[in-house]
Amino acid sequence: MAFLEINALRKRFGALEIIKGIDLTLEKGGFLVLVGPSGCGKSTLLNMIAGLESITSGEISIDGDVINDLHPSKRDIAMVFQSYALYPNMSVAQNMAFGMEMRGVPKPERDKAVADVAKTLQIEHLLNRRPSQLSGGQRQRVAMGRALVRQPRVFLFDEPLSNLDAKLRVDMRIEIKRLHHQTGTTIVYVTHDQIEAMTLATRIAVLKDGELQQVGSPYEIYNTPANLFVADFMGSPSMNLIEAKVSKTNGAASIVVDRPGAEPIVLPAPNSADATKLRDGGIVILGIRPEAVSDPESADRKSKNIATFASHVDLVEPAGSDTFVVTKIAGKEVTARMRADADVRPGQNVSFAFNLDKAVLFDPQTSRRV
Amino acid sequence: MSAADLITSPPAREPARHSNLTRVVIYGLLLLFAFVYLIPLVVMVMTSLKPLDEVTGGNMFALPHHLTFDPWVQAWGEARIGVSDTAGIAGYFWNSIKMVVPAVAISTMLGALNGYVLTKWRFPGHKLVFGMMLFACFIPFQSVIIPMAVILGYLGEIGNSLIDATGYAFGFGNPTVNLVIVHVIYGLGFTTLFFRNYYEAFPTELVKAAQIDGASFFQIFRRILLPNSTPIIIVTVIYQFTNIWNDFLFGSTFAAGDSSPMTVALNNLVNTSTGIVEYNVNMAAAIIAAGPTLFVYIVGGRYFVRGLMAGAVKG
Amino acid sequence: MTVSVAPTVVKTTRARRGLARQRLQNLLPKLVLAPSFILVLVFVYGFNLWTFFLSFTNSKAFASTHLVGLLNYRRLWDWTFQSDPPSNWYTAIVNMGLFGGLYVFFCLVLGLTLAILLDQKIRGEGILRPIYLYPLALSFIVTGTAWKLFLDPGIGLEKAMHDWGWTSFHFDWVVNPRMMIYCVAIAGIWQTSGFVMAMFLAGLRGVDGEIIKAAQIDGASAFQTYRRIIIPIMRPVFLSAIIILTHMAIKSYDLVLSVTGKNPGGAAELPSTFMYSFTFTRNQMAVGSTAAVIMLMTIAAIMVPYLYSELREKGR
Repeated sequence: MAFLEINALRKRFGALEIIKGIDLTLEKGGFLVLVGPSGCGKSTLLNMIAGLESITSGEISIDGDVINDLHPSKRDIAMVFQSYALYPNMSVAQNMAFGMEMRGVPKPERDKAVADVAKTLQIEHLLNRRPSQLSGGQRQRVAMGRALVRQPRVFLFDEPLSNLDAKLRVDMRIEIKRLHHQTGTTIVYVTHDQIEAMTLATRIAVLKDGELQQVGSPYEIYNTPANLFVADFMGSPSMNLIEAKVSKTNGAASIVVDRPGAEPIVLPAPNSADATKLRDGGIVILGIRPEAVSDPESADRKSKNIATFASHVDLVEPAGSDTFVVTKIAGKEVTARMRADADVRPGQNVSFAFNLDKAVLFDPQTSRRV
Repeated sequence: MSAADLITSPPAREPARHSNLTRVVIYGLLLLFAFVYLIPLVVMVMTSLKPLDEVTGGNMFALPHHLTFDPWVQAWGEARIGVSDTAGIAGYFWNSIKMVVPAVAISTMLGALNGYVLTKWRFPGHKLVFGMMLFACFIPFQSVIIPMAVILGYLGEIGNSLIDATGYAFGFGNPTVNLVIVHVIYGLGFTTLFFRNYYEAFPTELVKAAQIDGASFFQIFRRILLPNSTPIIIVTVIYQFTNIWNDFLFGSTFAAGDSSPMTVALNNLVNTSTGIVEYNVNMAAAIIAAGPTLFVYIVGGRYFVRGLMAGAVKG
Repeated sequence: MTVSVAPTVVKTTRARRGLARQRLQNLLPKLVLAPSFILVLVFVYGFNLWTFFLSFTNSKAFASTHLVGLLNYRRLWDWTFQSDPPSNWYTAIVNMGLFGGLYVFFCLVLGLTLAILLDQKIRGEGILRPIYLYPLALSFIVTGTAWKLFLDPGIGLEKAMHDWGWTSFHFDWVVNPRMMIYCVAIAGIWQTSGFVMAMFLAGLRGVDGEIIKAAQIDGASAFQTYRRIIIPIMRPVFLSAIIILTHMAIKSYDLVLSVTGKNPGGAAELPSTFMYSFTFTRNQMAVGSTAAVIMLMTIAAIMVPYLYSELREKGR
């Protein structure tokens, strides 16, 4: 039995259904990231786990106990909020101890617990300050401290890094990951930032419009997205999606991308696709990550499924570590990731190498992966 | 930024550059207006410091020849108010204090709780409830005054029978208690409005965090919201204090004779039809009546303005 | 999972107790709000209905339940057109129009003028602004007392002008029954225009500075910028100010009594004083109630749409 279990969970506000039947599990010590565009219901789901939103139907259990009707404070959870939600009228130490105070923990015990956590987080020198006297990063730390002090069964994070500047965000991300490794706690983490999701999670759940799109390890989500939405949402720059036709000869399928005014590109079908499901002449959408489209010199040597063809360069975006090259294939922009020193200029005709080991196919009708 | 903060902030933009002549005209107009707004108060003060013959015989803009504080002494402790035997307005001043302090305290407290519920513990229909309470701020009191008089009359009868039975009225029928009740009820709309708008902007995540920390409904209010409500408490207290102190309609209807509040006594004093009109004493009494609210205005002007604006445009 | 009976029982009873407590917790917010709401329901809405009911009775000195249909309304309707000799209600309506119109108009004009003047980066704004605002802290009774003295021809302005040699100066409005209502308006404008100034000043300073810069780059003069850009942007402030002022004008009561000295002969009658004197001194409670209902309806017609739109706009 999984540590955190969510079964057929629904949430309705009047006629509006916000969570449309979600099943999720998380093993003990796991790090589940709920990711999706704004309004997808990820924060509502988190609030339902916390007990801050009521449950219309379905069940949430932690370690075998159904917690549907328990008050938030009785669920043995801790939450880190987007705005940190530090009580402005209390010092850092009082903030951290407030939950214990409410539960009637004697003062010496409270002080010890606060001191221990403060040491772990290196915020001992801040204990007597007010939240208004702290920087953004310090507030973030205190908010985590307040959660840690409770030693909860599950940690909930609601977009905790979205109020920090880019540099600090990376630092704190590493900090959270380290904390997870050290303490081995179970974490549910909401973000709309897919990089945070990829770097932190042991399990990612992608949501859209209150429905679960895919659950899996970051590797699975990234490399074998279940549908076009996940493919498009995860990864930056996002996956190239090119309309193509299936051509089947002697049971071997290939993918044909028509180019007006140029030779069509014929590609072998990617291994990830179930060849038996491909119909001759059927339309598919070829999904391929920018890093799987490169200059022939830097193409993956281990891959046996590389197709090379020439195309016209529209735009070059040097990004320092790489150079992104944009070309148009079948009317769609396709981004390729090339070496930083690739000598490519707009207007040139350049060879592109498609690594089809890393490509996936989608059915445009159902938008699911085939 | 609230409307009141905007007033005290300098213009966000580069001021239009004016020629020197234009600037002179602008300053001239502003000073002229300032003079017009100040002159009634100045005349009041000067009149209150003159002997009566100097008031009736002299120029009201002239400085006092024989500076005297007698009118103040008379107004406070000796002047006859209407048909009452009580001398001076001192007693009425204390009537007002006894009425204002509990009425302000109770209506502010209730307003804070209402605002807390209406923003942080919403239920279906919360908007309708708030809308109904808000409209109560704006009704003409003429439309409730007759039923109120009837009800307060009943309370008085209950008080009389209680006196017969126990020798003590327990506040029933007491004019001050009546006025406190009336002012609390008809002030609720405003206090609720103030606190609702303030708590509306108060981060709900703090309430959620406190819930997870295990704080109860009242603990969240007392430990999280109230300690962070000082500005709005000041605004509300000042607003309610000014309104209740300055009320005349309720005071003149529900408290007669010796139990009248200050405004009613002042009106009786000024409009006494017997004897000669002692303008200097009247003015001294008027300044005393205006004293507390003027004091509050001078001390807490910023909060005073904020309350005014919040009562007019809710934003 | 192994099933053991005893712990399950313990768990359910505990859960049940917890549930009951939680239900109470869920009810608590409503319980806290209820007293206030019930007070408002009874003492505002109930009382309004009560007054409404009284307006259909023949109540005299005491409330009666004898219904007379629309008689009181018909009476007020007839009085509305009885101008010679003027009925009290006719005087009240005419005065309301005069007082209300002057009060709203001049408060707006003065308020806007002062706000625009103050908005020119004035040195000493911090001193001037409170001077325009302080009358708001005074009660209407104090304001009336001051203005009654100030305008009294025997000792006030007229006398001072005569002393200074302007012997033809004549200003006796405050003791002239036909002109009294104008004095009430003067005192009212003096008291409230500062408030309107504050509203406009807040509006002016809320205008996005970049819009003004854009207008300046487009070559608009200061006057043009105000007339074409800033004042149109402040239309909502005008609306708020007009509504608040109109509602205050209708509710004006104390000011009339104190400026005129208890409204001699009903010369400065307004619906509010009409209601009061018919109810409490003339023992015609039913007529007073009818006037009160008409006042309430007028204010509701102004305030309800305004509050509705304000609440909806916030939309939260």
